[in-house]
Amino acid sequence: MPLLDVRDLRVEFPTRQGVLTALHDVDFTVDRGERLGIVGESGAGKSVAAFAILNLIGRPGRIAGGSILFEGQDLTRLSTHQMRRVRGDRISMIFQDPMMTLNPVLTIGTQMVETLKAHRRIGDAEARRIAITRLGEVKIPSPEKRLESYPHELSGGMRQRVVIAIALLTEPALIIADEPTTALDVTIQAEIMSLMLDLCKTHGVGLILITHDLAVVSQVTQRVVVLYAGRVVETGETARVVQDPVHPYTRGLLAALPGEGTPGARLNQIRGSMPPLTAVPEGCPFNPRCDFVEDRCRDALPALEDLDGHRVRCVRARDLASGVAA
Amino acid sequence: MSGTATTMTDPASTPARDRVLVEARAVRKVFDLGSHFLERTRREVKALNDVSIAVRRGESFCLVGESGCGKSTLARVIMGLLPPSSGEIHFDGTRIDGLRHKARRPFHRRMQMIFQNPYASLNPRRTVRQTLEEPLRFHLPELSDAEVRETVERVMVSVGNDPTWISRYPHEFSGGQRQRISIARALMVDPEFVVADEPISALDVSIQAQVLNVMMDARDQRDLTYLFITHDLSVVRHFGTRVGVMYLGSLCELATTQALFETPRHPYTRILLSAIPRVSTEEMKPPGLPGEVPSAMNLPSGCVFHDRCPLANARCSAEVPRPLAQDDGTLVACHAVEEGRG
Amino acid sequence: MTHLTARLTALLGSDVLYRFRRDPVALTAFAILVAFVLAALLAPWLSSMNPHDPAQIDIMNSEIPPVWTSGGEAAFPLGTDVQGRDLLSAILYGLRISIVIGVFAVMVQMTLGIVIGLVSGYLGGKVDAFFMRLADIQLAMSTLMLAIIALAVFKAAVGAEFYEDMAIVMLVLVIGFAEWPQYARTIRASVLAEKKKEYVDAARVIGLSAPTIMARHILPNTLSPLLVISTVQVANAIISEAALSFLGLGMPVTMPSLGSLISSGFEYIFSGAWWITTFPSIALITLILAINLLGDWLRDVLNPRLFKG
Repeated sequence: MPLLDVRDLRVEFPTRQGVLTALHDVDFTVDRGERLGIVGESGAGKSVAAFAILNLIGRPGRIAGGSILFEGQDLTRLSTHQMRRVRGDRISMIFQDPMMTLNPVLTIGTQMVETLKAHRRIGDAEARRIAITRLGEVKIPSPEKRLESYPHELSGGMRQRVVIAIALLTEPALIIADEPTTALDVTIQAEIMSLMLDLCKTHGVGLILITHDLAVVSQVTQRVVVLYAGRVVETGETARVVQDPVHPYTRGLLAALPGEGTPGARLNQIRGSMPPLTAVPEGCPFNPRCDFVEDRCRDALPALEDLDGHRVRCVRARDLASGVAA
Repeated sequence: MSGTATTMTDPASTPARDRVLVEARAVRKVFDLGSHFLERTRREVKALNDVSIAVRRGESFCLVGESGCGKSTLARVIMGLLPPSSGEIHFDGTRIDGLRHKARRPFHRRMQMIFQNPYASLNPRRTVRQTLEEPLRFHLPELSDAEVRETVERVMVSVGNDPTWISRYPHEFSGGQRQRISIARALMVDPEFVVADEPISALDVSIQAQVLNVMMDARDQRDLTYLFITHDLSVVRHFGTRVGVMYLGSLCELATTQALFETPRHPYTRILLSAIPRVSTEEMKPPGLPGEVPSAMNLPSGCVFHDRCPLANARCSAEVPRPLAQDDGTLVACHAVEEGRG
Repeated sequence: MTHLTARLTALLGSDVLYRFRRDPVALTAFAILVAFVLAALLAPWLSSMNPHDPAQIDIMNSEIPPVWTSGGEAAFPLGTDVQGRDLLSAILYGLRISIVIGVFAVMVQMTLGIVIGLVSGYLGGKVDAFFMRLADIQLAMSTLMLAIIALAVFKAAVGAEFYEDMAIVMLVLVIGFAEWPQYARTIRASVLAEKKKEYVDAARVIGLSAPTIMARHILPNTLSPLLVISTVQVANAIISEAALSFLGLGMPVTMPSLGSLISSGFEYIFSGAWWITTFPSIALITLILAINLLGDWLRDVLNPRLFKG
C-alpha cells in the first residue's frame, strides 16, 4: 500500500463567474521514502494539490470529490482536530517563502521547541536537544547559537534550511515542498536541493516536490506528475519522462529550456499560454497550443493512456511514443 | 590584446573605441544607509567596486551573477536611474552621467530598458495605448496622430501582440503578454541600445522562450545592442555574445559566450556553471561553494571571493585582483588564474 | 474624457460595485448620505420658509414644540427656534452650509496635501524632511486649537459684522489649512510605495520630467487611499465646523449651520425647548455616522492587500 494515495481528486472554487475547477480527477501515489515531482506552470493547479492534501484549501474553495488516503486514513474525511494531528506531524510542509513558516518575533529555538512540544510529550531540554540535532543535519553552522537567532538575522538560504529542520522535527512520513528553492540563487538552490535529497534518503521520508522547474525535478525525484490546466497530462518515472517525453506539452516544456538547442539560435517555444480556469477549451485542454492537434482533440477529453507505467493524456500517445508522429 | 581591452581600467590601450557603444569606466556605487542613531560610523553598502565594461555595437552583452552582485545596480547606473558614486558612463563617445535633464533628452531616446516584473512595469491605471504612445509623443512631438497610431500598431505586431489590445488595461493580460507590451514600449522610439533587467525570470518556462525569441527577433530586425542582466547562465548561452560574471560588486570574468562555457577560468564562474540545474538523470549534487555571500556592508579584504574560494591563498586576502587579459582576450580577475594555481 | 468614462465603467463593472450591492451597511449608509445631500441641494424647494430671510421670520412663532407634542403646529413639523424659524427649514439650510463647508475645506486640504505629499514622497531628502517635520508640529497641536486661535484673531481684527459675511470662506480656509498633514502623509506613504515600482523607472527611462511623472503616473495610483481618507476628512471637517460654530466662532445665528443651530438651542435645553438642540444634533450625528461607515467600508474594499490573490 502506498504511503499516500490520491484518487480522483477534484477541487472547486465557486466564484461570480461560476464554479471553477482547479483540479480535475487527479490521481497520484507516493510510496514510503519515494520522491515525487509535481510539475506545472503557474495556474496548473500544483499548489492547489499540495493544499488539498493538507486540507488547507481556503474558503470558498473545497474538495469536491475523490479521496486522499494517507497511512490508511482518508484525509478528506478527518475532522479539523484529527487533521491537525496529521499536519505538521506526519506530513510537513515547506513553502517557497520561509516566512510563511517562521514567526518573525520568536527565536528559532522557541519556534522549534514549541513545534515539538505541540506534537510530542517531551520536556524543554529534550526538545532543544532534538532541535540542535536537526539544525546540524541541515548543515547550519554552530546550531546552539542559531537557536537564539531571530529569522531576520538569517539569510534567505539559511532560513530555508531552518524551515527544513523544522519540517523534519517530528520525523514525518511525508514532506510536501512547494517551490522550496524558487526564490533562491542557483548555487544556494543546488545546496539546498541536494541537502533535501540526502535527508529524504537518510530519514526514509517521502517527498512531494512541487515546482515549475523540470531540471530540478529530473535531478531530485523518482517519479513525476505533469499538470496542465488542472489535469494530469503525463506521469511516470522521472528519468523516462524527461528523456522520452510523450505528451506534446511536456515535450514543448523540455524543448523550451534555454539549456537545450543550439547556442545563439531561437528557442523552441510553445505558442500561446495556459488558459485561465475560466476559459479552458473543450476537449483536450492543450489543443489550441498543440503542434500535433487533430479534430478529435477538440471534441472529447482524451483519457490517460497507459504505456506500461508511463501514462499520457493524449489521443496520439502511442504514435508519439513510438516516434511515428514526430 | 584584443578588443576586450577597452574594458580594462587602463584607458591607454583602447584600439576598438569606435565600435564601442556604451561604456562604464571604473564605476563605483555606494549606498549610504545613514548612521545608526547610537553609532558614529555611517553604514554603507558598496554595491559596485570599480567595475568597467564596454558594450560594442550590435552585441548582446550579458551580465550574470547571483542576487546582490551588483548587476542590476550597474544597469541602473548606465541608464541614469542611479548616479554613480564615481566613475564615468559613456554613450557613443559622449559622457552621459551627470548630464542635466535637457541635455540628456536625446540619449533617453537612444537607450531604453525592459524590466523584470511585468506586473509592476506597466502603470496599472493607463491603457496599453497610453503607455505605448507616451514615449513617442514625448520624443517625437512632430508626429501626427495617424503616424503615432500607425507606429504603435506596427511595433505591437512586431513583438507578436494583437494590435486590438491597445484600449485595454494591463491587468487584463498575462505575464508574458505584459512583458511583450513592455518590450513594445522600449522599442517605440526605435532605440539603439536596450537594457533588459532579468526580463524573463518572472515568467513561466513556456513563456520565457516566447519572450526571449521576441527579443532576439527585435535584435535582428533593428540592429539592437543589448545589455542583458540575468542570474541564469543557461539563457546566456542562447542570447549572449559576451558575458560578464559579477560577484559582490566586482567583475570576476569577462569572456565571449563560447569561451566562458568551454573554458570557464574564474573559480566562481566554474561553480556557477556547475550549479545550473540541467535536465539529467543524475542526482543533484552540492556545488561546493561553502558559506554564503558576505554582506556588501562589510566587504572581505583583497579578492571579495577569497573566503569562499577553493583556490584562495594569503595573497588573495590581501590584494584586490585586477582584470587581466588571457590569450583569447578573456579578462579574469583572479590571482590563482594569474599564477597558474588550480 | 473618454479615459475617465472607460475608468468609470471599469470601476462599475468591478468587484467594488459587486461587494457594495451585497453589503447592507454600505447600502444603508450610502442611501442616508444621498438623502442628506439631496435634502441639502433641494433645501429651497423642500423648506416651508427661508430661514436666512428675516422678512419671512415671525418672532411670534418662537419656541413652538414639534407637531406631535401638545402645542405643536402643522406648519412647523419639528417646531421652531427662539427666533420663530421653522426648525426643519433651518436644519435643511444648515445641512447645506455644513456640507458645503465640509466639502470645500476638504478640497483645500486635498490640494495642499496632494502637492506636498507628492513632492515630499517623490523628491525625498531635505524637502521631505522639512514638510514632514512641519506636519509633525502641526499634528502636535489640535486642529480645533489652531482654528480657534486663527478665527478669534481674525474676528477681533476685522470686526464681528464683516466676520459674519466672511464666515464661510474663513471656515473653509481654516479647516482646510489645519488638516493638510493627514492628506500629505497618506499621499506621501503611497508615493513612497509607488515610486519603487518599475513603471516609474520606465517613465524616467523615457525621459519624462519629475512633475510629469508625479502627476501622470504616480498620482492616479494613489487615488484609492485618497478616496478613503476624503470620506473621513469630510466628516471631520463637518464636525470641526460644528464645533467652531458651537463655540461662536463659526456661522452666525442669522445664517446657521448645524453647529450654530445646536449652539443656539443649547441654552434653552433646560427651559423646556429641547427640540431646538436635539433635532440638529440628530441630523449631524446621522450624517457623520453615514459618512464614516461608508469610509470604513471603502477602506476595506480598496485595501490593496485584499486586492491580490
